[in-house]
Amino acid sequence: MRVKAISRILALVVPVLLSLNSHAFAATGQDEAQVHESAAVTAPAASGTLEAPVAGAATVEAGAHEAAGAEGHDEKPGDVIMHHILDNKIYPIEPFGEIHLPEIAVKPFGIDISVTKHVVMIWLASAVLLVVGLSVGASYKSLSSKKAPNGFANVIEALVDFIRTDVAKSNIGHGYEKFVPFLVTVFFFILICNLLGLIPYGATATGNINVTLTLAVFTFIITQAAAFKAQGVKGYLEHLTAGTHWSLWIIMVPIELIGQFTKPFALTIRLFANMTAGHIIIYSLIFIAFILKSYVVAMAVSVPFAIFIYLLELFVAFLQAFVFTMLSALFIGLATAHEHHEEGHAFEESLH
Amino acid sequence: MLTSGIILLEGGLLTPNPGLIFWTAISFLIVMLILSKFAWGPLVSMLEEREKGIQSAIDRAHSAKDEAESILKKNRELLAKADAEADRIIREGKEYADKVRAELTDKAQAEAQKMIASAKEEIEMEKRRALDVLRNEVADMAVKGAEKIIRTSLDAEKQKAVVDEMIKELAASRN
Repeated sequence: MRVKAISRILALVVPVLLSLNSHAFAATGQDEAQVHESAAVTAPAASGTLEAPVAGAATVEAGAHEAAGAEGHDEKPGDVIMHHILDNKIYPIEPFGEIHLPEIAVKPFGIDISVTKHVVMIWLASAVLLVVGLSVGASYKSLSSKKAPNGFANVIEALVDFIRTDVAKSNIGHGYEKFVPFLVTVFFFILICNLLGLIPYGATATGNINVTLTLAVFTFIITQAAAFKAQGVKGYLEHLTAGTHWSLWIIMVPIELIGQFTKPFALTIRLFANMTAGHIIIYSLIFIAFILKSYVVAMAVSVPFAIFIYLLELFVAFLQAFVFTMLSALFIGLATAHEHHEEGHAFEESLH
Repeated sequence: MLTSGIILLEGGLLTPNPGLIFWTAISFLIVMLILSKFAWGPLVSMLEEREKGIQSAIDRAHSAKDEAESILKKNRELLAKADAEADRIIREGKEYADKVRAELTDKAQAEAQKMIASAKEEIEMEKRRALDVLRNEVADMAVKGAEKIIRTSLDAEKQKAVVDEMIKELAASRN
């Protein structure tokens, strides 16, 4: 079956490639319009026979051409990439058209809270996470501690246990329990957002700096609150001086203050850049074939490399979710580190 | 390609969108609140319960092992004690038997000695009685001889011969 399909594809592709090459040789002296036309002719023919990524890309190109024809000027690959990466009030479902997302007229605090593509993805991610979480939670309610969990609950339990022991407990230490829900939720939230960006018709909400900034701000608030709670206002202010001589405070206090803000900033940029970069690379690799107008490049470079990057992105989706959670736990642990110190002193004093 | 680079630099990627921030914050908070109550709460408490269960099971296994070891040790001690006891009993039995045998032998020897002694005494007594009887007889014979001598009158020759004969008789009967 598979051999038959491959041989059919080859039978269709090889003549096309040969004719394209002869065209290229013949068209060296001709104007560009003719080459453009030949590419436009071969594109629909290819879309029926080639495999999904190329076909999808071909239709994207075709759609771009239609749009370009309507607007009267040629759309650049960069525009298409940015259109894919950036947020929009229009949700494109490529060959079938697009959905105009509803505008919300109410503007609390003067901000436009209209639904956009990434808002839809966030809601989708929240819905998936709620369904998964509630079904797992329900299965745990009916489970006694003597029985082993099974199926999907086991997978979630393994991840939750990993975050609880290896991320929260080892980085925060004493009193880690109250941060576990936040860390687990942020891990799954980012993971599902990342993975939704990798399925067809999806968009990467975590590739938008506003989303990552919001998540990082949650970490920042929790870190600061934990620091205040652990050290008190006096201890917090003392921490800002880093225990140096008072004459150095004029240097140390600004540095420590900046240090407080670089942590969430780093979290924001890291997640945003990682998720955006992967998508830009995949699109750029696909567009190489369209810019060079060559099927050889498509078969030899674009598709294999795009698939490789896609697999890498799958790994990165898990990795970045883990890194965000890990660093959040680390920052909370750093903020509450003084607690242990003081408790140790109190313990020693109680011994004397 | 150049235009795409310019677009990337021009921004769009870094434009703030308060609406998206708003929705992200609201969605994340709601999800976190719901899940921490209905999903992570039961899950984590279950994990803790299971951890405790495993720990207690390990503790119980350890204590059972210790108990078994102590019982084994006690058993070994008891066995060793019983062995020693048996040895002692056997040794004592042997000693007692030896003692009894020695006693019996001594007693038997003493008895034999006593019997030999009494036999000797009886023999001596018999001998003495026999000698007494002999002596009486000899005296009677001497008296009879003297009577004969006196009867056969005063023949010296005859007297001498009679005495000699009598002495010979005596010697012969004595022997």
